[in-house]
Amino acid sequence: MAELLAQAWTIARKDLVLEFRTRTALLSAVVFTALVLTVFNFGRDPTAVATIDLAPSILWVTFTFAAMLALNRAFQLELENQALEGLLVSPLPRVSLYWGKLLANLAFVGVVEAVGLPLFVLFFDVPIGRAVLPLVGVIALATVGFVTVGTLFSAMVIRTRFAELMLPVLLLPFLVPPLVLAVLATAKLFAARPLSESLGYLKLLAAYDIVFLTFASVLFRYTVDE
Amino acid sequence: MLSAEGLRYTFGGGIVVALGDVSFSLAPGQTLAIFGPNGAGKTTLLKVLAGLIRPQAGSVRVAGGRRVIGWIGHQSHLYGHLTVRENLHFWGSLYGMPAAARAECAGAVLQRLGIADRADQPVWSLSRGLLQRAAIAKALIHEPQVLLLDEPFTGLDLAAAAEFRSLLAQLRGAGRVLVLATHNVDEGVELATDVAFQRRGRFVHYAPRAARGAAEIVEAYRRAVSDG
Repeated sequence: MAELLAQAWTIARKDLVLEFRTRTALLSAVVFTALVLTVFNFGRDPTAVATIDLAPSILWVTFTFAAMLALNRAFQLELENQALEGLLVSPLPRVSLYWGKLLANLAFVGVVEAVGLPLFVLFFDVPIGRAVLPLVGVIALATVGFVTVGTLFSAMVIRTRFAELMLPVLLLPFLVPPLVLAVLATAKLFAARPLSESLGYLKLLAAYDIVFLTFASVLFRYTVDE
Repeated sequence: MLSAEGLRYTFGGGIVVALGDVSFSLAPGQTLAIFGPNGAGKTTLLKVLAGLIRPQAGSVRVAGGRRVIGWIGHQSHLYGHLTVRENLHFWGSLYGMPAAARAECAGAVLQRLGIADRADQPVWSLSRGLLQRAAIAKALIHEPQVLLLDEPFTGLDLAAAAEFRSLLAQLRGAGRVLVLATHNVDEGVELATDVAFQRRGRFVHYAPRAARGAAEIVEAYRRAVSDG
């Protein structure tokens, strides 16, 4: 297990170094997040629907589409000079490759969310004061869920034509459960309801993460082997 | 060391035969040169040997498994925004090499391939020929016992090609198994201990090179690929 994790870290570190050197995908995702929040901010009628009612959905739609950018780029890195072929020839266990990509994607999406959340609070003036920690918990659980599934699908579509189009089409139906749960939990937190009212959603999110992490770790090899 | 038995692989529901009952066995120190025209199935064969493609029939045995295989394909497998040295360290770590061994091997192989002065340059800035040398360095970093080479001389200038040929001869002398696939008979014939001509997925000729010279093999190849 320690070796699997060490190999996964080697892959993740390489991806993060490459991202740090180019910064194109990260900057694009951050700018995209800011633009989406800006559009939502100016494209709604605050007298028709209260901000507090819309805010959870806006937050999660923004994070979901920003995460798509990260997931699209995860295996595109490996198409440069067909590095993926080299990885598959090497003794690197497939599950380490998956976990490495997952870790790098989580870091990438985490940075985008870390920038996006303050912007969201700024634009929508949502009172998250005492709900910050539980909200971070909801974001972490939901993010692990959709990045887990997204990393698997990203590998599946990378050798297809129109991979960037295929990924959201395949992925979004699988994201409905964690998104619904995340929106519901976030709405409770924004409404200053007791944390106990959100616990059920958090448990379901955690269960989704565990189930799909297990499935994805087992199934990943079938997505990359010819 | 490396053996293949009854390998079969087809595309398009059996219409295109990329591999048709290919079998051979190589012991340490042997070099099999596979010559064939474009589309003969050479790359598919190497991919099957490397474990990249699962054959529809037959099996491959490599003593030592994936860890002992080195692969030089059409692409370099190098990351453009890492330096040559960083690439070698990354690939070495995937083969379980400790940091000190990686540094030592990287230095030695870069020196041997004449690109030690480019070690800290990003890969994207290398010319085609230097990129190919870096790709060769990457394939050799973990000191593979079995080296699979797919058109490895592509992009190398005459001096680099000669140096690479001498390096391959040295590796063969050290007991490595080499499988070299190329459409250019002149390129690989000197290195070969065994020669195969592949056509439409099948070995139409497979024999030790023995005392045959390059001209003889070129002539035999022309006859084999033009017949039928």
